[in-house]
Amino acid sequence: MAFISSGYNPDKPMENRITDIGPRHFTDFLPPVIAKNKGKWLWHEIVEPGVLMHKAESGDEVYTVRCGGARLMSVGHIREICDIADKFCGGHMRFTTRNNIEFMVTTLDEAKNLKKFLNDQKQSTGGHKFPVGGTGAGITNIVHTQGWVHCHTPATDASGTVKVVLDELFEEFQEMRMPAQVRISMACCLNMCGAVHCSDIAILGYHRKPPMIDHEYLDNLCEIPLAVAACPVGAIRPVKMDITTEKGEAKTVKTVAIKEERCMFCGNCYTMCPSLPLADTEGDGLVIMAGGKVSNRISNPKFSKVVVAFIPNEPPRWPTLAKVIRQIVDTYAKDARKYERVGDWAERIGWERFFEKTGLEFSEHMIDDFRDPAYYTWRQTTNFKF
Amino acid sequence: MAKHQTPLLDQLQSGPWPSFVTDIKEEAERRHKNEKNVEFQIPVDVCDDLLGVLELSYEQGRTHWKHGGIVGVFGYGGGVIGRYCDQPTMFPGVAHFHTMRVNQPAGKYYSSEFLRQLCDLWEFRGSGLTNMHGATGDIVFLGTTTPQLEEIFFELTHTLNQDLGGSGSNLRTPATCLGESRCEWACYDTQELCYTMTQEYQDELHRPAFPYKFKFKFDGCPNCCVASIARSDMAFVGTWRDQIRIDQEAVAAYIGGEIAPNGGAHAGRDWGPFDIQKEVIDLCPTECMWIEDGKLKINDRECTRCMHCLNVMPRALRIGNDRGLSILVGAKAPILDGAQMGSLLVPFIKVEEPYDEIKEIIEGIWDWWMEEGKNRERLGELIKRQGFQRLLESVNMKAIPQHVQEPRHNPYIFWKEEDVPGGWKRDINEFRKHHLR
Repeated sequence: MAFISSGYNPDKPMENRITDIGPRHFTDFLPPVIAKNKGKWLWHEIVEPGVLMHKAESGDEVYTVRCGGARLMSVGHIREICDIADKFCGGHMRFTTRNNIEFMVTTLDEAKNLKKFLNDQKQSTGGHKFPVGGTGAGITNIVHTQGWVHCHTPATDASGTVKVVLDELFEEFQEMRMPAQVRISMACCLNMCGAVHCSDIAILGYHRKPPMIDHEYLDNLCEIPLAVAACPVGAIRPVKMDITTEKGEAKTVKTVAIKEERCMFCGNCYTMCPSLPLADTEGDGLVIMAGGKVSNRISNPKFSKVVVAFIPNEPPRWPTLAKVIRQIVDTYAKDARKYERVGDWAERIGWERFFEKTGLEFSEHMIDDFRDPAYYTWRQTTNFKF
Repeated sequence: MAKHQTPLLDQLQSGPWPSFVTDIKEEAERRHKNEKNVEFQIPVDVCDDLLGVLELSYEQGRTHWKHGGIVGVFGYGGGVIGRYCDQPTMFPGVAHFHTMRVNQPAGKYYSSEFLRQLCDLWEFRGSGLTNMHGATGDIVFLGTTTPQLEEIFFELTHTLNQDLGGSGSNLRTPATCLGESRCEWACYDTQELCYTMTQEYQDELHRPAFPYKFKFKFDGCPNCCVASIARSDMAFVGTWRDQIRIDQEAVAAYIGGEIAPNGGAHAGRDWGPFDIQKEVIDLCPTECMWIEDGKLKINDRECTRCMHCLNVMPRALRIGNDRGLSILVGAKAPILDGAQMGSLLVPFIKVEEPYDEIKEIIEGIWDWWMEEGKNRERLGELIKRQGFQRLLESVNMKAIPQHVQEPRHNPYIFWKEEDVPGGWKRDINEFRKHHLR
């Protein structure tokens, strides 16, 4: 493994340096039919699940075949995507914000061939490589974060939880039999790189134990004032403490103390100070939220609400998680009206009915007690249902 | 023979959905075979060790990635995220496993030629594993070692004409929907605006000078496919302010059942024949539509452009011609002060090159936030802490009813001294002449 230089010279880092050039311009990559008709599209339809047709003023049609991807992709897998794009689409493809891959062709026949081809591609272990779907009133790919694969603060895994939920809901990815689209998202901790807080159904990794304190090392690794300031509930204060080090010396150290009963386990202190880890096998798990959306259609965008306060981590296949999500999806599919998103349905029937119909248990953990916004979620009327 | 036994992860190889475990295993195998004789610049068994450490996490229910670490490329403060394994002896292949964020092309279109170049680079100098794509849209290169960072950057810029994205307390890689490239509802060229703003603010993208992260997202219409309204400090959402264009013949075709409603999105189930009254007119949130003499009428002045009727009848109804965008600010996920939705700041602005009006708003907000924002305080939190009025001052805007859902409930109005005739300075002795102690 000899080191091979690309031409970069560490002794003269500024020599020939190119910086701040930004991304490639998108027009370098548009398929010809897209470039030609850009800004001149008339309408679209979903010809069949996973296949969209867009009609342009010129009379041109573009057929898009959408297939799901696992987000975490090897270069070998991406090269296969490139091969498919070369074979069917003149070397062009795109990705969607929900980690689907879209291949574009100009006739329905080509689209149908392509759909069949994609659905026929299987992994060596039997699963699909490029399952076609994710359109219309169905369940599309679950956007997610890094989880145990690559992140330092997760309370659960992301790729694994998403894999089991999409295995469970696979048919709904390939079909369009929901009342409206159902957007499921996954974030492996409260930081929410995945911003799941406005999804029809959200899977959220959550810690339940206050941080441990690595007294001996804390002052070496952290700025104590930053750690103190990081706590949104003011539960951390600076202290001096007499400790016995790993090597057995008695020593007075600068460190912090935590008022544990105040902690809401956000992990922000750990982000600022690595000597305050809070991950734990039993403490960590999942919160399920439901009823959020980002679209302005019919009703305003809304936040997801906590409907299950805790599900334990059950790797590798998280059976309780899959079951709970199936329960919500099935009840919604049966009970909601056409065009009604999960949140609109829950508001129409009332959240008391939501819990009754889905069979989810309501507990004190679903009543908000965090700052001002909590008050606006309590019921201030006699208009309730028994 | 696999380097590590992974009985737990192996259970994620069953089921119909593509398995990331299978994919990583196959990549591990390809690296060992190395049919193209690539001189790998990081350990050949990096994928095996990643599976090994992940299996350990599956056993213990805890991550094994250490906290950050400062690595990057010269002159940049963002784009690279340091990552180290906390069991480097057990898994030396991933002892150093840094992420690089690569700025994705707007709309995420690719040529296979460009993608293959990225793959070649990442196979040679990295783990060969990626995220397509990260949450802010970046192409995410997962896992390389420190000596490779400058080499990868050199290769990206010199050969691929391509830059890194954002991370840390700076402008994050701006993200956009596919816009006019393939959508009839795009009210402006989202890709062009996203690209232009990305170029304009390269300094803010690469050199952290902000209190915390800052996200731009560009949505072509109020359907908000990139979730700009919920996920970005500044959301640019396309809209129009004239009439929805109606093709009455197509309306009749929808009523007659010749065209499937909602673009055929409900084809998987029998919902009965299309009923325009029930499915469109009665669901209109402003009740601004009706049928008269067999024709669909819209009182556009009352329309709030929610998109429902356009979504249901894309062949009959089209967005207006006087197009632009709305700007909403301050959205964020819950950390730290609870989740916030974007709040409407600019109801309508034309999208015209060189976009000076838009830049003025951005820079006014940044000046205020950089001056007043606390460490790790998102724009939305600053707006909450100091008030919407301060936000308006930062961009020299007058308050209008569009800024609120409803006026304030409490009369605790913070009048300013200059608002009150005679100001606040008064003479107590003069007052006492008429009011005994």
